[in-house]
Amino acid sequence: MIDMNKVASDVLAATPKTGPTNATAWKTQDGDETIFRTCAWSPPGCHPVGCGLRVHVKDGVVTKIEGDPEHPITRGSLCPRCLALKEYIYHPDRIIHPMKRAKEFRGQADKWEECSWDEATTLVANAAIEIREKFGPETIIVFGGTGREANNWYPQWANLVFGTPNSVYAQPGWSCYGPRMTNTAFMMGGGYPEIDYASKFPLRYDDPRFTPPELILLWGKEPLRSNPDGLYGHAIIEMMRRFGTKIICVDPRVTWIGTRAEEVLQLRPGTDTALAMAFIYVLAHDDLVDHEFIDAWTYGYDALVQRVSEMPPSRAAEICGLDEEQIWRAARLFGNAKPSSVAWGLATDESTNGAQLGMCLVALMSITGFLDAPGGTTLGMGDDQGNVVRDGGSISADEKVDDATDSTLELALKHGMMSEDTWFNKRIGVDKYPCVGSVMWTCQPDEMLKALETGKPFKLHMAQFVSSNPISCIGGEPQRWWNALRELDFNFACDLFMNPVIQACCDVFLPVSSTIEHDGQVVTHYGLNSSFYGAENKCVQVGDCKSDIEIMRMVGKKIFPEFWNRFDTDEDYNNFHVFRSWLPWDTLRDNVVTMSDEEYFKYKTGRLRPDGNPGFPTMTGRLELYSYAYANFQEDALPYFEDPAYGPVSMPKMMESEYPFVLTTGARRQEFFHSEHKQVPSLRQISPYPEVDINPADATRLGIEEGDWVEIWSPYGKCRQKAKVTPTIKEGVVHAVHAFWFPEQEASEPNLFGAFKSNINNLMPTSVNAKSGFGNTFKSMICNIKKVYDNDDVNFPTDTGIMLEASRQCEFTYQETWRPTDAPVVDPIPQDQILSFEKTPEIDNIVK
Amino acid sequence: MANGLYIDFEFCSGCHSCEIACRNELELGITDFGMKVLEDKPRQNPDGSWHWDYIAYPTELCNLCEDRVAAGGIPACVQHCQAKVLYYGTIEELTAQMLEKGSKGAIFIP
Repeated sequence: MIDMNKVASDVLAATPKTGPTNATAWKTQDGDETIFRTCAWSPPGCHPVGCGLRVHVKDGVVTKIEGDPEHPITRGSLCPRCLALKEYIYHPDRIIHPMKRAKEFRGQADKWEECSWDEATTLVANAAIEIREKFGPETIIVFGGTGREANNWYPQWANLVFGTPNSVYAQPGWSCYGPRMTNTAFMMGGGYPEIDYASKFPLRYDDPRFTPPELILLWGKEPLRSNPDGLYGHAIIEMMRRFGTKIICVDPRVTWIGTRAEEVLQLRPGTDTALAMAFIYVLAHDDLVDHEFIDAWTYGYDALVQRVSEMPPSRAAEICGLDEEQIWRAARLFGNAKPSSVAWGLATDESTNGAQLGMCLVALMSITGFLDAPGGTTLGMGDDQGNVVRDGGSISADEKVDDATDSTLELALKHGMMSEDTWFNKRIGVDKYPCVGSVMWTCQPDEMLKALETGKPFKLHMAQFVSSNPISCIGGEPQRWWNALRELDFNFACDLFMNPVIQACCDVFLPVSSTIEHDGQVVTHYGLNSSFYGAENKCVQVGDCKSDIEIMRMVGKKIFPEFWNRFDTDEDYNNFHVFRSWLPWDTLRDNVVTMSDEEYFKYKTGRLRPDGNPGFPTMTGRLELYSYAYANFQEDALPYFEDPAYGPVSMPKMMESEYPFVLTTGARRQEFFHSEHKQVPSLRQISPYPEVDINPADATRLGIEEGDWVEIWSPYGKCRQKAKVTPTIKEGVVHAVHAFWFPEQEASEPNLFGAFKSNINNLMPTSVNAKSGFGNTFKSMICNIKKVYDNDDVNFPTDTGIMLEASRQCEFTYQETWRPTDAPVVDPIPQDQILSFEKTPEIDNIVK
Repeated sequence: MANGLYIDFEFCSGCHSCEIACRNELELGITDFGMKVLEDKPRQNPDGSWHWDYIAYPTELCNLCEDRVAAGGIPACVQHCQAKVLYYGTIEELTAQMLEKGSKGAIFIP
């Protein structure tokens, strides 16, 4: 069993105690203005990039928001979303007082009434107490969105406030970050791998330990727009300009950075694993690997090479629709680069063959010898802010004394909010998909939708939405979620703006503070690979808004007073559970930015393993290119290629007849974070309408011109977006933006801010998952597209009318049958190959 | 010697940060731009390589942030540019910088 106390004390020991000594104080006075230095997270939604802000405040009101030139990563820069933050926090539509609405008026915008915090939180607490007693705590479900600060809070709401194991990340197949986290945990441990941009060192690129990457492989990723999970994307441009860093892109779309790349491999969507296997084939064929690293630190290289021998570039070229020569050329370019770095993107998560892609990409990061090496792909220490299920969920509640390193789950078990029976037996979907349950702290989302609809294995009664909008954004087949959620006994939301799911389903609205209205902490990659610890400093108060933690404390005290009464302030709670083994709050705040200053080669220095021995925290103690963990979950221990469930190979007849296009979605834009920011004028101006990319050859054939409204449809449903005719999308493929809704339109049902008019997830099935329960069809669906002419048609997204035609969702049940239930062949684990955490003799000898 | 802005537009990613930073600084209306990002849309060359450029240029509303500069700062667009491809200085300095790079550069005097 992993000793998390040891992990935590290692993290503490590695954390510098001071920030830069000559930096400007976090709070300074300039005449009648106070200037705050702070690091941004959310709300509004963003990944934990922690960009540096200088917020000017006069008489309690923000006058100006600028970038912080002293921030070591962003150095004065800001993206449009923080530059427009003033428009967001003072937006006239922002909800700044608690509201309630009687259940019978769900869906009616004019029925909300303002109420006090005490009344609103009492309504929530009383509903929860009643439902816990009558039906059991597991019948309460808590939704959270992706990437946001509320990712910290939604499992804590679930486990610590309501005592339910059923927190929900509603995206089909948990298709964001979770699969990559799982790949990392299974194959090598150590948090999360990220490209090296000297992001951990106070001197950044000038630190003598740093070497710039010669080449970065961007696989299914556009970091300039998405700043994913804490990677400051534009750092790549800095390294291209300053050090001549080269780029290879693998993407069905040629992105802007792709036009600056050495190679763009524009593959057929969903065939990435074939290409990644061919890359490994080339590295092995040309012997462009680091044998010393492979022999000392990895397990299963020979088996991997044997497996990829099935996938020479000639075969991959055929599968992926690429030129064989280009595969050889690109893989050799990668293999000869010293050092090389790999950035794996969301495409890894959003496919049913994604775990296998992840396995190949971890191999590409490591067999070159540049894992956690200067200019390679860094590994984090893997502290996780308490929310990740550790060690397969086998947490014991025997130890009743609080510990600074207790996870959310451990606290809930120790203090009686949740019983072990509830955790182990009532978390929906993890019996069917134990692989998802082994690393993720939530239920399995596709199984949750079925449970909501069928009342099996038990009926659900109450839902909370913590900065999550599943019917406009992450939910597949959103009308199914809508229909199911509006039937529950009681629903409430913590958010800043009214949105479709709250308007349709909720009874209480609790208004939340933005990133510059509360104290907090932002750590890149949620602590799994920390560049720095940033302080979110409260600069202003807006209306009656409260922090997520304060709202949690208010409701928590009414349900579990014994636990929650110990926290008088947010700082108490932060120091107890959130910051835990890191710095105390006042030091974090004074520093503003505290660099992690983590060293390279942590697998050599024992910093990855809880026992302090060199190696990786895996069953073999090595990086497992042959993964016993996957084998234990009835998956193949080695990567294999499987064609996507929807595509020309799996469904040739459907593609020849009604659905000739492959649809991909999910690419990010700079001006929006998923479904958020649509009401901010400076941002909406940049993208007023949802756009679908279509190749000029396809557009000409279909009579579609730039700016035309088009209808896109799949067997599951349809939506309308504007055509963007561009050669950057592969012929036969369309890319449609996700999460577009229209806050300016009629709020009440049935229009619901036009929630279903342009929502590309109308076309996306749920339950088309990998064997593991991860992955879905977001990067490879089938569809058709046509121009729509009737400008008076109320189905037009610009019209404030409604979508009249019923969706075809639920009528098409291919997802239940697409995968034959064949049991995979799994080799048993040879016992003599397993190195326990106590002894790693071979590796000890290897370390210099 | 007059001052101006140099942009290395090989690496302007078209993120729009300069536009909003400028609007905040000059307190412009939502339809006004002191910096404007223009796009030369993507196309593939016969040799297979790709062309897709953005370039930000200062409009007649730009005053090169005279207040910020007088207070010892740099123009808002230059500070907030995520790709760090905007530079402020004398035309002489900027010309030297542009010539040193030798391609895809432009100097603007608003």
